[in-house]
Amino acid sequence: MPLRLLCALTFVLCWLPAARAQLSIEITGAGAQRIPVAIAPFAGESALPPGISSIIRADLERSGLFRGLELPPLVPEPTEASNVNYSEWRSRLADALVLGSVLSRPDGRFEVRFRLYDVVKQQALGGVAYTLAKDQTRATAHRIADFVYEKLIGEKGVFSTRIAYVVKRPNRYELQIADADGANAETALASFEPIISPIWSPDGKRLAYVSFENKKPVVYIHSLRDGKRHVVANFKGSNSAPAWTPDGARLAVVLSREGGSQLFMINADGSGVRRLASSAAIDTEPRFSPDGQWIYFTSDRGGTPQIYRMPASGGEPQRVTFEGSYNVSPRISPDGKTLAYITRNAGKFQVALLDLSNRQVQILTDSEHDESPSFSPNGRMIVLATVIGGRGVLSAVSADGRMKQRLSATAGDVREPAWGPFVE
Amino acid sequence: MRAMFYPLIAASLLLGACATEPEQKPGATGVEDRGKPSATPRAVESKPVARVDATGKPAGSPFAALKDPSNILSKRSVFFDFDKFDVKDEFRPLVEAHAKFLRENTSAKMLIQGNADERGSREYNVGLGQRRSDSLKKMLTLLGAREDQIESVSLGEEKPSCADHTEDCWSKNRRDDMLYSGEY
Repeated sequence: MPLRLLCALTFVLCWLPAARAQLSIEITGAGAQRIPVAIAPFAGESALPPGISSIIRADLERSGLFRGLELPPLVPEPTEASNVNYSEWRSRLADALVLGSVLSRPDGRFEVRFRLYDVVKQQALGGVAYTLAKDQTRATAHRIADFVYEKLIGEKGVFSTRIAYVVKRPNRYELQIADADGANAETALASFEPIISPIWSPDGKRLAYVSFENKKPVVYIHSLRDGKRHVVANFKGSNSAPAWTPDGARLAVVLSREGGSQLFMINADGSGVRRLASSAAIDTEPRFSPDGQWIYFTSDRGGTPQIYRMPASGGEPQRVTFEGSYNVSPRISPDGKTLAYITRNAGKFQVALLDLSNRQVQILTDSEHDESPSFSPNGRMIVLATVIGGRGVLSAVSADGRMKQRLSATAGDVREPAWGPFVE
Repeated sequence: MRAMFYPLIAASLLLGACATEPEQKPGATGVEDRGKPSATPRAVESKPVARVDATGKPAGSPFAALKDPSNILSKRSVFFDFDKFDVKDEFRPLVEAHAKFLRENTSAKMLIQGNADERGSREYNVGLGQRRSDSLKKMLTLLGAREDQIESVSLGEEKPSCADHTEDCWSKNRRDDMLYSGEY
């Protein structure tokens, strides 16, 4: 009990060592308004270290949309079944309140229950009960944070999602997968040769990427559950820049087998390759719009690299970016309304966001070497690779540009982030 | 060069076998003894076999020239200006020598790896490297090499030969490397 209270009060100290995070996340900006939320320590949560409530609070605060309130010792410990004294919680300046409990079951598993309250409107907003094994503590806390986020913000949370990225160490490359909070980093592929352009299948079960292990770029698909992988494209010449169709059945790839770097479609099993477009330029970095109707891509057919789009079935490309002489790496937001890309702005490579309805462009970052932007599946955040202090790190910026986070690994250069889809 | 090694390897096998003392050094023979351990370890007998290699190129073959530092064929890199893909005149004698070699050695195969400097998108840089390797391949074929002797690929910005973030370094990284089969 005293330990838990200490953890609740100084949760960062208690939480960080237990998390074994290989990526740590530092918030360098926050939204203008943050919802004050009280997350009471769950009754009995010491059975599931590092404590469900502290993980929920860290998740919500990391979004930049919430401020977790410091709470005094609560006696008796409230649970989701307690009667809520709304005026007392209001006096603690809470707009929202989470109460919960952890029970040990005879079969060795645990039961976690929680309820979310709107303190201002004095009403319960719902709750869930989960049964889980001890090693699912973090995953369960992320699910509760997602529930709270969705109820209070009105869009899905991304605390249960994962991020893929590449770590370059001296003479070694690792394709890693970590939880969105940086914890539980695992290596899916280690290689002596470079790995680039990882991209998640729409179902989140596979990654496509480009590996140079055969002294040239070859496109692979890698199943995360069993580690099995197969070659999708290994034609004469270079094979690169994979992008899944929204149904996960096929990929757009860039092949040089007929000369130059050109767009092709190929089935996920490597069959049925066919040319999608033909130009004398470099056409690369294809991405499908969420409805599958369009392919956005980078091309230097106009003399400088710019972003174009064409119907996914083929057809005449239209130029999309016009400002500046270097606009690359197009990424469509999950709602299809905005386009994030990298622009060279006074010699600096930065993340830009184009509103496709009114053509307004906003530069979101102030760094110099940004690469590989990737939207969170709810479209709220963009993770990217950049260089700080001569070292490759991941960074994240909110799509409104207000909030920034830095994700640093313990060692090596980190690059090529790809934010995975929602987890069902 | 590789061809020149084979007589040496054969000779060292013979010498090595003759010089072996009749006492068992663990691992010296590379044979694991799974039998019962006896009080006096038996020497594992190695029967010297002189090796004749007929798979490599005969000594004095034209392939030796590829690694002879005094031969232009030992030079394998072509460097490019910023945002440029045409092979500069200064590299023409080098490209002509390799084209002649490919022409005269029809079994020879070449991999050209194009490279770009580190600035900008990794995938677009794969495209830039490909443009450089395609450009060199085209020049070699125009000079008489067969199209199917050469594969042109790109390593983009992923394999820099120089790691600093300076123009001097970037100019070393905007290059094509020519590798012959057996070298990659």
